[in-house]
Amino acid sequence: MEFAELIKTPRVDGVILHRPFMPTVEGTLCLTGHHLILSSRQDNTEELWLLHSNIDCIEKRFLGSQGRIIVKCKDLRVIQLDIPGMEECLNIASSIEALSTLDILSLMYPFFYRPMFEVLEDGWNSFLPQNAFKDLETMTDEWRLSEVNKDFSVCASYPPLVAVPKGVDDDTLRKVATFRHGGRFPVLSYYHKKNGMVMMRAGQPLAGTNGRRCKEDEKLINATLRPGKRGYIIDTRAANVAQQAKARGGGFESEANYPQWRRISKAIERSNILQESLIKLVEALNDQSHNMDRWLSKLEASNWLTHVKEILTTACLAAQCIDREGASVLVHGTEGTDSTLQVTSLAQIILDPACRTIRGFQGLVEREWLQAGHPFHQRCAQSAFSNSKPRQEAPVFLLFLDCVWQIVRQFPCSFEFSDSFLVLVFEHAYASQFGTFLGNGTAERVKLSLPQKTVSLWSWVNRPQELQRLTNPLYEANSLVIWPSVAPQSLLLWEGKQQGGGGEVTTHERGPKMRARSVGPTH
Amino acid sequence: MEHIRTPKVEQVRLLDRFSNKSTNGTLYLTATHLIFVESGSNNSTSTAQEIWILHHHIASVEKLSLTTTGCPLVIQCRNFRVVHFVVQRERDCHDIYSSLLRLLRPVSYEELYAFSYNPKQSDQQRDEGWQLIDLGAEFERMGVPCDQWQLTNVNRDYKVCETYPRDLYVPITASKPIIVGSSKFRSKGRFPVLTYFYQEKKAAVCRCSQPLSGFSARCLEDESMLQAISKANHNSQFVYVMDTRPKLNALANRAAGKGYENEDNYSNIRFQFVGIENIHVMRTSLQKLLEVIGSRSVSMSDHLVGLESSGWLRHIKAVIDAAIFLSKAVTVEGASVLVHCSDGWDRTSQVCSLGALLMDPYYRTIKGFMVLIEKDWISFGHKFADRCDQLDGDPKEVSPIFTQFLECVWQLTEQFPQAFEFSDWFLLQIHEHVHSCQYGNFLGNNQRQREDLRLRERTHSLWAYLMSEKQMYSNPFYSAAYSESHPVLEPSTLPYHFKFWRNMYHQFDRSMHPRQSVLKTVLTLRENSREAESTLQALQDRLHQLGATPVVTSDPAPPTRDQRSNTLPPRPDSLILGAAINDKEVQRQANERQQQLQEEEEEEEVGQEAVESTDTERTVEGSSGTESRKQSYGELEGTYNSELAKEEPAVVSLEFGVARMTC
Repeated sequence: MEFAELIKTPRVDGVILHRPFMPTVEGTLCLTGHHLILSSRQDNTEELWLLHSNIDCIEKRFLGSQGRIIVKCKDLRVIQLDIPGMEECLNIASSIEALSTLDILSLMYPFFYRPMFEVLEDGWNSFLPQNAFKDLETMTDEWRLSEVNKDFSVCASYPPLVAVPKGVDDDTLRKVATFRHGGRFPVLSYYHKKNGMVMMRAGQPLAGTNGRRCKEDEKLINATLRPGKRGYIIDTRAANVAQQAKARGGGFESEANYPQWRRISKAIERSNILQESLIKLVEALNDQSHNMDRWLSKLEASNWLTHVKEILTTACLAAQCIDREGASVLVHGTEGTDSTLQVTSLAQIILDPACRTIRGFQGLVEREWLQAGHPFHQRCAQSAFSNSKPRQEAPVFLLFLDCVWQIVRQFPCSFEFSDSFLVLVFEHAYASQFGTFLGNGTAERVKLSLPQKTVSLWSWVNRPQELQRLTNPLYEANSLVIWPSVAPQSLLLWEGKQQGGGGEVTTHERGPKMRARSVGPTH
Repeated sequence: MEHIRTPKVEQVRLLDRFSNKSTNGTLYLTATHLIFVESGSNNSTSTAQEIWILHHHIASVEKLSLTTTGCPLVIQCRNFRVVHFVVQRERDCHDIYSSLLRLLRPVSYEELYAFSYNPKQSDQQRDEGWQLIDLGAEFERMGVPCDQWQLTNVNRDYKVCETYPRDLYVPITASKPIIVGSSKFRSKGRFPVLTYFYQEKKAAVCRCSQPLSGFSARCLEDESMLQAISKANHNSQFVYVMDTRPKLNALANRAAGKGYENEDNYSNIRFQFVGIENIHVMRTSLQKLLEVIGSRSVSMSDHLVGLESSGWLRHIKAVIDAAIFLSKAVTVEGASVLVHCSDGWDRTSQVCSLGALLMDPYYRTIKGFMVLIEKDWISFGHKFADRCDQLDGDPKEVSPIFTQFLECVWQLTEQFPQAFEFSDWFLLQIHEHVHSCQYGNFLGNNQRQREDLRLRERTHSLWAYLMSEKQMYSNPFYSAAYSESHPVLEPSTLPYHFKFWRNMYHQFDRSMHPRQSVLKTVLTLRENSREAESTLQALQDRLHQLGATPVVTSDPAPPTRDQRSNTLPPRPDSLILGAAINDKEVQRQANERQQQLQEEEEEEEVGQEAVESTDTERTVEGSSGTESRKQSYGELEGTYNSELAKEEPAVVSLEFGVARMTC
């Protein structure tokens, strides 16, 4: 397919660009296969380069012969283009629509992007499971790296290499996989060096209505317990949701079959509810009524902060079980690819100082999100503005970043990275020139040969000049467990996320530290 | 003291408001304070927690019904501290309770702490303290008197208006009969006077109280007074008259013979209602807010719903909206504005002072902010005694008007972190002392009363005290250059910019706050850097004295020496980064120099003694410096240092209580 077929009018002169809190720019608008470009063709003025894949939806309006396109981006930015000429405007709009909804992965920009910088370290090789396992081996010999999934036949969403208890062989793993949702048998997520406790994650057990059991599954997770010790199973679903799951063949671990484990239910909402919440939040942010009561009631109705609180609380609980109670933990929800990962990754931020460095955080995102099989492509296909029917979209990862930001706010000197790093990761998860967040799991990434054909986001970030920009100047390594407060009074709305995004949220001057967006200076 | 029946009660438990934790200790009751001292369960080296509560700070004492563990006593303070004691014996509890009831309701000014507080200053120091703020000089700074505005002596003896100060500024063309006539037509005689002069456009901000217009009354003198204000400004054809009340309230006042200006009677005015609610609504709103945030383990949803239904942030926004209107009218349109409400001492003070804060960078400095409060609040007769309940008075007169003003300022500091010389710690200190009655500044309702009380001779000034600790209140992100380039602030009034001020309303609830404070860290770094620099200077001077050639430090230090320098690259446009880096570099350089010096001095033994002495001096200074800060920030920011030093910080929030039960 040729992009040219979709581009009816590649170039229009005299287009005026309006962006919130920035001077308007008049210039030439160009459409390429992947970008919408607006340039005044003068020196020293900013050019707009917008990836089509970043566009969530557009609106057309006509004022006489002049057309206006309002572009709403997945990173929550809103910009406006005034285009002279009705026909040009229509052509541009339909081209943008076609190009931004192309759903063929192999046509995405990362496959065409060639880095203009020198790659010092290939990000694709920076965080391989075998390297992470080497670190684990220095602390314990109770775990082994299993290749049971090397052709992705046991679990489609797991990487080829996973860490499992040493005493459990691959045949057992295959049997356990048939008992867990999506074949996601329990694997190691985190090893707490201080007391040797572990956190595992999995999919829900397929107990069904008649309470099927799987001896191998019991054996596998019991293998992680010290003699005489109990463990905790944290189910990220409300008790009734877990109960209902039985009717669809899912369910939870019964007390009788898992006597050494205590189950705790925590209610983290499912993805469609989270998506709705984001849409409502962004709507509230873009409300122009300047009415305080309306804002507070809309913020409340969006439930966004409730979700933040819920996720943080569950993560704290998992961390507490490990660090304070000295118990091992198994976390799962339904699929084990969404709320489960929010909990396991946040618990590691709380427990493990290494995750609070720039590199450590990249490793965490790699391990607990990308390799753990969070379906980024499905979840980030649309964002808050899209009016097309939602399918699998959900701001699961964004909520995770929001929770991290909350902890950063409470421990501003314990994180090596600044706000801007979190914003950067958020933006690239939704639209990027890098291949890191493409696809739904390692299997898909291998099939698309992403490591060979695209550049990793980490290759770009891990260069001195970028790291400089993302470093928190007040960072001092803090080797302790950090317990955040989850009281409503302690949780705030993350401004960096909407800044420039909702547009209006931008402040006149935000102290240097707060300048979160790459849209350019907000002064 | 005759009111104190039991000066000391042992075995008292202090319950944490938001968790299940409690501390044991001893309660002391003195003439001025209620003191709780944590019993030294750990060894004596660790500092036991002490809570000092000034009697004036106590808003209410409540004795709850007896429980199995003892008799609970709940004390709510005006600085939003809430303490919950459990006293073992009911008799003791009752004694404390009844003593407090008497102590927290002083009946005469002489009972207030300010009259017994003695910071060991000479009379001269005390006088200097009171002279720190000079309003005459302030009007001069604004450019008044000038060819259009003059100082009038009509109120020299408080004859025209008791609640105004002696010195008032009016238009040149406003003759004495006009002033007197106008004052008779204004509630409480508060006629229109100048409060801020915007020199650039010669536009004036004036304030007064509502006219006694009823349904049809008019007053020619009052009309010519407004005319005179209008004439004094050649930039604009008209004067804005801002009635800061909701229209309904103003209409209701007409029935009582008061009301608002009729545009038909006053030539060239533009009349505008602003809609800030009255003191009663504000009082109720704060009560609701405190109820909401005081309840334990509240859900996010309840918190937001409660925040909304309290209306508190809506009121804050209304005040800021009004101030923005004022500032735009003056700076953009160049029009003069007359602001009033009912009596012209609550909403009017809020709007005039905030408006001036937006227009004039001077008021955003530490000194300037003091001047602003002195001018628009103290001298123009905001009724601090009534509003802050200094003496046992009418509870319906109490209202958090000044607290709201401080919160509005805080909201602005959040939007413009570089524009203010002070941090929110400064605002909190002012709030603390408005209620403490420890200094004379805020006592009484107006200047006349203060003069009658001879406060300047008998009490001390808060401003002098705050000024002496200026360093502690400074905002490290303040940039004078920013103020120069942005003289007028234009805040956003979008609702999500208005936040809940946790540091104010949860100041004493440690578990609510971030465990690490950026402000504190940056201030510490600054202090360190200052110390390093002074050491450097001292050593250099010493070298000069010894006739040695100063060490040339042109060669930069090897980067390996301080690993952090790798992760902290210089970023010139960043203030925070700049500061941190400079500190580190300065420190490092200073250390190196010192090392080099010591090396050198080992060779020539003459200087060694001197170096040692500077060194010890430095350590002493250093430790005392950090210690004092720890104490003062301790309560605000949570003593995070000790918190983090413990292997297992005891800060797991109450949320986990639930979890544990399920386990």
